[in-house]
This record gives sequence, C-alpha cells and structure tokens, in this order.
Amino acid sequence: MASSQSAAGPATNGMAYPIVDHTFDVVVVGAGGAGLRATVGCAQAGLRTACISKVFPTRSHTVAAQGGISASLGNMGPDDWRWHMYDTVKGSDWLGDQDSIEYLCRNAPAAVYELEHWGVPFSRTEEGKIYQRPFGGMTTDFGKGIAQRTCAAADRTGHAILHTLYGQAVRNATEFFIEYFAIDLIMDDEGRCRGVVALKMDDGTIHRFRSHLVILATGGYGRAYFSATSAHTCTGDGNAMVLRAGLPLQDMEFVQFHPTGIYGAGCLITEGSRGEGGYLTNSEGERFMERYAPSAKDLASRDVVSRAMTMEIRAGRGVGKNKDHIYLHLDHLDPKILHERLPGISESAKIFAGVDVTREPIPVLPTVHYNMGGIPTNFHGEVLTKKNGNPDCVVPGLMAIGEAACVSVHGANRLGSNSLIDLVVFGRAAGLRASEIVTPGERHAELPKDSADLALSRLDGFRHATGATPTAELRMEMQKTMQNNCAVFRTGEVLEEGHKLIHKVWGGKSDVRVTDRSLIWNTDLLETLEFDNLIAQAVVTMDSALNRQESRGAHAREDFPNRDDVTWMKHTLAWLDESKAKVDIDYRPVHTYTMSNDIQYIEPKARVY
Amino acid sequence: MVQLNLPKNSRVTKGKVWPKPQGATHLQEFQIYRYDPDGESNPRTDTYYVDRDDCGPMILDALLWIKNKIDPTLTFRRSCREGICGSCAMNIDGLNTLACTKGMDDVQGVIKIYPLPHMPVIKDLVPDLTRFYAQHASIEPWLHTTSPQPGTEWRQSHEDREKLDGLYECILCACCSTSCPSYWWNGDRYLGPAALLQAYRWLIDSRDEATGERLDNLEDPFRLYRCHTIMNCANTCPKGLNPAKAIAEIKKMMVARQV
Repeated sequence: MASSQSAAGPATNGMAYPIVDHTFDVVVVGAGGAGLRATVGCAQAGLRTACISKVFPTRSHTVAAQGGISASLGNMGPDDWRWHMYDTVKGSDWLGDQDSIEYLCRNAPAAVYELEHWGVPFSRTEEGKIYQRPFGGMTTDFGKGIAQRTCAAADRTGHAILHTLYGQAVRNATEFFIEYFAIDLIMDDEGRCRGVVALKMDDGTIHRFRSHLVILATGGYGRAYFSATSAHTCTGDGNAMVLRAGLPLQDMEFVQFHPTGIYGAGCLITEGSRGEGGYLTNSEGERFMERYAPSAKDLASRDVVSRAMTMEIRAGRGVGKNKDHIYLHLDHLDPKILHERLPGISESAKIFAGVDVTREPIPVLPTVHYNMGGIPTNFHGEVLTKKNGNPDCVVPGLMAIGEAACVSVHGANRLGSNSLIDLVVFGRAAGLRASEIVTPGERHAELPKDSADLALSRLDGFRHATGATPTAELRMEMQKTMQNNCAVFRTGEVLEEGHKLIHKVWGGKSDVRVTDRSLIWNTDLLETLEFDNLIAQAVVTMDSALNRQESRGAHAREDFPNRDDVTWMKHTLAWLDESKAKVDIDYRPVHTYTMSNDIQYIEPKARVY
Repeated sequence: MVQLNLPKNSRVTKGKVWPKPQGATHLQEFQIYRYDPDGESNPRTDTYYVDRDDCGPMILDALLWIKNKIDPTLTFRRSCREGICGSCAMNIDGLNTLACTKGMDDVQGVIKIYPLPHMPVIKDLVPDLTRFYAQHASIEPWLHTTSPQPGTEWRQSHEDREKLDGLYECILCACCSTSCPSYWWNGDRYLGPAALLQAYRWLIDSRDEATGERLDNLEDPFRLYRCHTIMNCANTCPKGLNPAKAIAEIKKMMVARQV
C-alpha cells in the first residue's frame, strides 16, 4: 500500500535544501476563482504561465461560495449597472474607490456570460435564462426597489464556477504546480517583484520561480479568528508575503461578519436563504430586522444585520439555553423551492445543526466571513504603495486579485454576491494587463544572489523550532484574542487590550515548537508557516482597528458611533516592522471620481436600509 | 514463485498507543493508519484517545483535536470542513467518506481510519491522487460548442437544467473510485466512477455539442466498460450521488447511437 518515495536527501550538493529553478512569463499564486481566471487569461494571451497552489484547485475556498454572483443582467426585471454601482458604493459606506466600482459593475454582465459559455450550470428562469435572486443591499433605481441581481446555480454557485474555471484552465493546458506552498516573494533592490519561492509539499524540494510578473490570488485570512466560515486553508499567505516584502496592506480593520453562520460549527448558511424569503427571529419570535432596517428588513447589508443580531442577543433576546444566538426561519417556504434552490444549506443544517429546515429554524450567529482589506491595487490588479508622497505608486512585477486584494471595490463592507464577481472581473483584468506589460518569452534578468534566503531562513528556522509552545496553542491564543477584542462591536478600551494581547502572541513566535522534522507533507511545519502569516495580519488588523476612530461599514466603534467623512474618508495603509515589532500607519485618499463620464461621482450620504 | 501475500513492506503493524488525556471521562478510541515516508519501517496503526467533552462532534474535529493536542505529526488533508471541497476523504469505519461530515456518533466502538484504499500513500492519510486527476482531465471537463456564441447566455430549459442535478455536485473527493473493485484492479485503464460521472455531466448538458466525440473517447473495452454495477460508488458517495447510474446512461447512449 505504501509507495516507495525517497526522502529529499538532506545536504544534496552541499546544500540543505536543493533548489529547483523555473522560469515563466507569469506566475499566479492561488487557484481559486480569481487565480484560475487570471491564469486562463494569461495563457490565452500567449504568456507562459504557471499556477501554484497549496491545494488542488477545486479545493480552494471559492468552492464554498453559495448564494451567487452579482451582475445586472436584468433577467428578472429592469436592471442597470449604474444601480449596481450605487448599491456597491453605499454598501462600501463610501470607502470604496468609485473608479474601480464602475469597472466592476459595468464589466460584470460580460463576465457572467463568459462563465455561462464556459459551462457553469446556472439555475434557469422559465424562459431558459440565468436565474437571479434578491440579495442584501441590492436595489433597483438607486435604492427604490429590491433588485434580483444575484445569478445562482442553486446554492452551490461557487462550486459550479470553480469547477468550470478549473476545466477551462485544463483546456488551456495550464502548467499547474499543485500542493506547492508559496513561502515568500523575491524582491530586488529596486523594489521590483521578480518571482516567488515555494516548497513542494510531497518531497520537500524548494522551487524558485522566476517571472516578469507575480499575481497573488491567495484569498483572505479568516482563520485569524476563532469562529469563521472560512476554510482551514484561508490563512492569507499572499498578504503576509507582501508585508514581509516591506509593502503595506490596506483597510485591514474591515472584517465582515456574515449574519448566518451555523451556531457552534460556524458553517455558512447563504444570504440567498433570506433572498428566497427566509427571516430572522429573536427569543420573542419577533422579526426584529423590521425595527433596524424598515425597508430592506432581513435583506439589509451584512454589517447592519450582524449588528442588529448582536444587539438583540445583548438585550437578552437571544435564543437557546444560553440565549446566545438567533433563529433563521425557512420552515414557511415551499419544500419544493427549498429543494430546488437551497439544497446545499438544507443538507448543511441537517448535518451541522441537526435541523430539518422544512420544520425547524436554524440556529445562527454572526461569523467571520470576509476580509474587505488586503493588498492595495488599482483596477488593473497592479499592486500599489505610497512612496515619496505618491499614494498610487505601482509596485512593478506584482499584482493582486480576489479577496487578497483591496481594489477597493468593497470599501468598509462588501455586499453579498459581489465577491464572486470581483474574482472573475479582476481576474480577467489582471490577465488583460499582463498581456499589455509582458511580452511572451521576454528575456529575464539575473535574480538577486540572495533571492531564496528569506524563504529558506524562515523555513529552516521553523522546521527546527524547539520552543515550548506548540503552534496550535499560539494559534488558539491568536484566534481567541481576535474573536474577543476585534469583533462586531469595538471600543477603544477593548481594542487597546487586544493590541497588547495580540502583540504578546506575536512575540510568542520565538518560543514556538514544531514536532515534525520531516520534509514530506510536514503539515506541522506548514501550519506554523501559516500561523506566522496569520499573526502578522492579525496584528495589523487589530492596530488598524484601534487607529480608526469612527464607525464605518463593518468597523463599528461604540466610542465613535458616527461616520466621520471629514477626518476618516481615507484608506488605512499599514506596514509591519518586524524588527521593531510595531505597525506603521499612513493613509491613501479614497478615489472620489469615476472611471468614465457615463456616471457621476456618487456623493456620500447617510446609509439607511 | 507465486507470491500469495502482500508485499512485505505493505503489512500494517501495530503502532504506538498514545496516553489517554488526563481527567477526561468521556473517551473515544481511535486507531489510525500511519505511514512515515522518511523511514524504512512498515505502515502501522496508532491508537489515540479523544476527550469527547473537549472536541466537536465530527471525525475531522477529532483528527484536528489529536493533531493539536496529542500528536502534531499526524498528517491528513482538510480545508472547508463543511463537505464541499472534498479534501478530507478517507476510509472511516470501513467506508470511504468525508471526515468533516461524518459524526463520531455514527460509528460504534473503536473508530478505525485508513487512507482511501488502493492508492499510493504519500504519508499517513494522504494518498497520491495524480492519476485520479488525470483521468478527470481526460474526459475534457468543459463545454464544447461549435455554434456561434450568443451575445448573452445559451438558453437552457428548466427540464434540461434538471438533467444536471445529481451530476454537477460532484466534489472530486475520490471516495467512489477508490471504493470500486474494478478500479482497484484496472485503475490504469478504467476511468472509474468519478471521471465517468463527470463525463456524463457534460454529455447530457443540452448546451454541449460534442456528444459524438465524447462517446468516441469512451468507446473502449476498459475506459467505460469495466463498470460491473457493483454499486460501491453509489453506496459510498458522501454527496449522495449515483455514479453507477450515470455510467449506465452512458452505456445506453453508446447503444442508442449504434441502432
């Protein structure tokens, strides 16, 4: 049964870690929705493209997206990309860059049709068109009516899209490097990204990828929290690589709590369940959302619903033995509709909550779900930093897309179904930009001599770590701290405590213990590298949250309950200084202009649902 | 000379019995297959005791509990923990399934866990799925069309879309193929239930225009016809799909096009 794979010989050619070199035009790190779409785009442009992933592509977390993908197709009634744009700007609480939001919304329909042409098994209307359902914050005519804009394949839309994109990548003969763990970027003295260093998980060899362009599509870092809908693999590896490269992350204080994670297990129940008519109740059986959002009710924006639920629980109106959660009702819906449109969550509710959705409500709780913050980029996917006073300075050779990126289209709060469209629109944009700035087969300059040093020193350091604290223990401390001190509601006091605690966990890194010394599928080592990535982002998130003294979108400060556009309508930029163990903060202005003259800048106003 | 036993290095030996967690009253015993690729030793089964009062209800919760609290070297794949990514497929209590959706309460007595059967093992519960993935790719899992593309979507009726239900939900976990005796013996030439289910998913898609080519690609004594309706695939599928039925439908299409 056991295969006779030989171990990677230590000290081969006098080197502890043998290095295999590769040269490509473009290297994409990550094989979720954004990574695969960018990979296909680059391959179609004739660029020699590698796609590196720590999991087989169809295991990426895009697979778990349920409700759908937004685009103003107008299959269910009148729709317009400008309405979609208005909703997205309002959803972002005016922290989104409106040029990027315009790019997203006007390119959304074409991106969805492309997916359909590639084979995504969308649910259908009576006329055979793509079925679209209502989703939170999605309206018609600039907030007047409820839009049906979210294109769905039952409640398995992410799965359907990811498998289809994988098929397209195979069709385009993509060179995949599967179960390779990307450790660090290769940066040269001029600040250009020159490639990436990865560990091949099944034999322990080091692979150095030299490329003109690295596209990071590494997803979010939900696992910095104790309870998240995110997969175990959502550790934001690309974000952390960017921090270590001396570049900033943007708007990291904005962490989305999804209103309906299953109580206890944390598994996602799609917002589409409320789109199809589901509603929330408290211990008095009251549909309390009517009080908090009189017109949108249960379909208000996620931050609004999560806050309302938290306030109900705080007021003693939670359900269950400990009065610490809320009920989601689907039991009034036609079982036929549940079977056709929500089969996946019906199954999840059964498995993880023991609930038959046709008869009983599902116990739910706001659960960490999405990171609006990430690597700052423009709408071509190019990574930005602030240098010599220029807040839009492009980092050559480096792009970021998907949840890893902060374009920023989601601003302070993302609307449901805007993430899947973000993946494919900006995945495509990255491919287009790559074809403009890279010539196929272009000559590569020599890599810096120390190109693999950072990656190897970290790998070797952790592999032989002999401290007293197992990785799992440090990780748990981090997760508990983030959960307790950087949650739905925040205060200066709680964040100040969180700042101290999370920096303490960060300092505890020097005492970490790794037990497995092997180089073959050493998940103890990989989890330690992932923890190192997570804690860097946790620290930045906590400090950014402490710094922002206002309430906007998902960042709700009880000591600063109002949005403050005069002082705070700006993006946070946070650099991590590992040697001084501190976070440096600066700002970028929000783009208060659109991409074209087809729509005017949408002026800030009060955000009421 | 005829060898009647398994190769010597495949025999699974008795491994370490890890200490019981202190003070725990509600214990669950696990016997878990271990294989260390660095050494020369045979695979073994280690015994662990999980404190049920300190652990979630699923088998995956228990594996994570062991990894976090007892033995960080225990190695397995996992990601979504909600039955949609297909990473944590393994043989639990004699049945291939997902560790994340299988409850500990569903198993009587000691819980025995092995990697997916008849695949090369890289380490512990991590099998090498390279060939499985290549077989999936060989059925060309994308939409083939020759008609000019419409400006919007291809139209598809409700009825035609319904034909994809029970097929497109496959998560490529490999539980079915690795439960199939025919795939065990002829896995190099028989595509196996997972790849064939996917083949049928594209064959039956009303938008696809390559039915003939797809059937040609399967017209082979091994690729399709090694299914002997043993039905392990349908019994084991953690998503409740029925690959055997899909295979039967392909066989019917083969016959229909000859008449």
